[in-house]
Amino acid sequence: MYAYTNSSTEDKSKYNSIANLIDLHKGREGSLIQVLHGAQKIYGYLPLDLQEFIADKMEVPLSKVSGVVSFYSFFSVKPRGQHIIRVCMGTACYVRGGKEIVEHLLDTLGVELGGTTADGKFTFEVARCIGSCGLAPAIMIDDVVYKQMTPAKVNTLLAKF
Amino acid sequence: MLNLTINGIQVTAPEGSTIMEAAKQNHIQIPSLCYLENVHSVGSCRICVVEIDGAKTLQASCITKAREGMIVHTNNERVQKARKVLYELLLSDHNQDCLNCNRNTSCELQALGRQIGVEESRFEGKQVSHPVDVSVSLTRDMSKCILCRRCVTVCNEIQGTGILNPQNRGFDTVIGPGMDLPIGSVNCAFCGQCTVVCPVGALKETASIQNVWKALNDPDKRVVVQVAPAIRVAIGEEFGLPPGTRCTGKLANALSMLGFDDIFDTNWAADLTILEEGSELMNRLNIALYEKKVTALPMITSCSPGWIKYIEHSYPNLLPHLSTCKSPHMMLGAVVKSYYAEKISIDPENIYVVSVMPCTAKKFEIARPEMMNKNLPNVDAVLTCRELGDMIKQAGIDFVNLPDREFDAPLGFSTGAADIFGLTGGVMEAALRTVYELITGRELPFANLHVTPIVGLDSIKEAAVKIEQPLEAYRHLDGVEVKIAVTSGLSGAKKLMEQVKDGVSPYHFIEVMGCPGGCITGGGQPRSQDPQVREKRMKNLYSEDESKVIRKSHENPSILSFYKEYLGGFPADNHLAHELLHTHYVQRGEFNQFIEESFVLESPQDIKRQSTQRVKETGAAQKSATSPKREELKPLNMLNLESENKHLKNKLSDAMETIDILKIVISDYSKQK
Repeated sequence: MYAYTNSSTEDKSKYNSIANLIDLHKGREGSLIQVLHGAQKIYGYLPLDLQEFIADKMEVPLSKVSGVVSFYSFFSVKPRGQHIIRVCMGTACYVRGGKEIVEHLLDTLGVELGGTTADGKFTFEVARCIGSCGLAPAIMIDDVVYKQMTPAKVNTLLAKF
Repeated sequence: MLNLTINGIQVTAPEGSTIMEAAKQNHIQIPSLCYLENVHSVGSCRICVVEIDGAKTLQASCITKAREGMIVHTNNERVQKARKVLYELLLSDHNQDCLNCNRNTSCELQALGRQIGVEESRFEGKQVSHPVDVSVSLTRDMSKCILCRRCVTVCNEIQGTGILNPQNRGFDTVIGPGMDLPIGSVNCAFCGQCTVVCPVGALKETASIQNVWKALNDPDKRVVVQVAPAIRVAIGEEFGLPPGTRCTGKLANALSMLGFDDIFDTNWAADLTILEEGSELMNRLNIALYEKKVTALPMITSCSPGWIKYIEHSYPNLLPHLSTCKSPHMMLGAVVKSYYAEKISIDPENIYVVSVMPCTAKKFEIARPEMMNKNLPNVDAVLTCRELGDMIKQAGIDFVNLPDREFDAPLGFSTGAADIFGLTGGVMEAALRTVYELITGRELPFANLHVTPIVGLDSIKEAAVKIEQPLEAYRHLDGVEVKIAVTSGLSGAKKLMEQVKDGVSPYHFIEVMGCPGGCITGGGQPRSQDPQVREKRMKNLYSEDESKVIRKSHENPSILSFYKEYLGGFPADNHLAHELLHTHYVQRGEFNQFIEESFVLESPQDIKRQSTQRVKETGAAQKSATSPKREELKPLNMLNLESENKHLKNKLSDAMETIDILKIVISDYSKQK
């Protein structure tokens, strides 16, 4: 019935896990965000077909699902890289040079904000304060915070991945 | 009763009323914008703010309840200032292309600015750059949207369809279907209720006026017009007449003055529909109750194209329950291009049929590939009631003072049963008047022929009609209690369809109209500020019915002679009748997964281009096309090399630094030595 029925076994098993997740949450007030959160973890991102699948299973309109997805910057509708780079643009990081880091990364990675490199290695985002003001300017790659970044240090860091 | 003070005046108001309601009852109108009585009060625009003694901030009066002893100021300096700033902020990101907007002078935002006396605009905000989204039926121009969310309430809570919802956030917020999908590519029913409540020019019907003018100005075209029953009690409002004023004669006259060659009445085809649908119902009852075979009961009416699109998307497995009858104006179009074309010896290719409808979904209906005969569309253009009002104004016709005129023969005569097609319960009542009499030979046993349990504006109404002492041919139906249900608005339809889906529907026949109240308040009807508009139009359409001498479809002499002349008598169970008067439906699915049919049109502004390929791809392609891309992406290996290079250089400089330090250390050490 949906696109996933024609897709790979890997995709199917991901859709199955998402369906199980929905069964756990369905009917509970405010559970859509939980489901989307989990679905993004399982599938990596939230493309239209997956949003339709979730809308159908949760019995909410697609426009509501996509409304939530597009409201929160955490959700992505495009495939994401293996590693997610988040540059902190909170006040402290901003005044200590966060903006230069962002510009440097835009140039080095050759992607837009929110974009993913052609090799699928990195997705580049900015974050509001990540609570590491003492380490400003800070960036996060996946779950690790890197402190006092400079363009040179960023290069060194990226080369490790 | 509550006692409170508004603007220094002691007033009383009923328990539970809002400040706005309390003020209104005491002759004070608080300026408002997003508020819509009985429909929408969420306080999103804040224009209706008032000052309340003791409250720190100004409060939105449409959602704040009046309380005992409250002291309210609706118009002091603080409130006036705040209102102006709020208004200017609303304008700051509004596309102020007012002179070219079809809501110019009928725009609620304009009227509000005038009311609160705004004469400057100090702010300039980011403009929404979304392309105009044009479908066969509805047009969305989000640069004009003020995010009042009336359409969201109507679409989600009243119709229960949920096509329109806020997307993105902040300045980027737009109201629409998700993922930037064009409205013509999703499961929107095109009911158009959103276009009725939109205070500005953001949501409207896709215009057909220019096409109709073009046809009227073409000397080779015979331009035939027909008007739906609900138009005659609404068109007057476009010219300042009170809601519900009956304008049938003026309407026919105005159409003739506009230059239409034949002024026909969709009512004629409504009578025809009753005969076709009535015999279909008797047939299905016969199969189920006499032959004891399986057939799709309850049978459901098929006159409302918004409802049809809804069921095709949401309940594709229930399509066999729909009556196969085309909607009345499609029947009339088909009859004009066959029976009437032969009668006046004109090639149907040179006939242009225009339907004036209270409906935006009818614009979609005529674009359905099923609605063609001999490769010609049954109907060529649909005008909403609002569009016809515009045309009459453009032509400079003094509508209010026009003398009455009759509709033209042979497709202009109708019975009272046809008039009530325009309101909820009407098709059912009209059908019962005919079916009951055909089965029993007696008149429907209700006072004044009105089936009282199904009269009114409730969401779901039901009744039962017992068949007693039928004619010989229908002996098997003796004692059968025909159970019926009537609903208007898609959320009511949803409830009834869930029953059908679960196999627990107790009914034999269900009437569904897509818009709450039926066609009288369809998506193409005049936008009214009168909360009683439904009741008024309904009352007058019933009196139109009662004013007719013949009030039962099967007694319409014009219909009977059409059957006799063209279809070989009634009932006509032959190929021609099926081709002209009946249709079939398509399974679409909630996400159009069953059929790749798109109703997206290219915007006349040429802002966006839509390919005819799969709609989802279109949506995705559009998204990527609108997001700016970097000029050139460096090849990946170059990137890697560069970063490796930089990395090595850094290492090198670190090593050099170390060497320098070590050199110093060594030299220090050797000096010491």
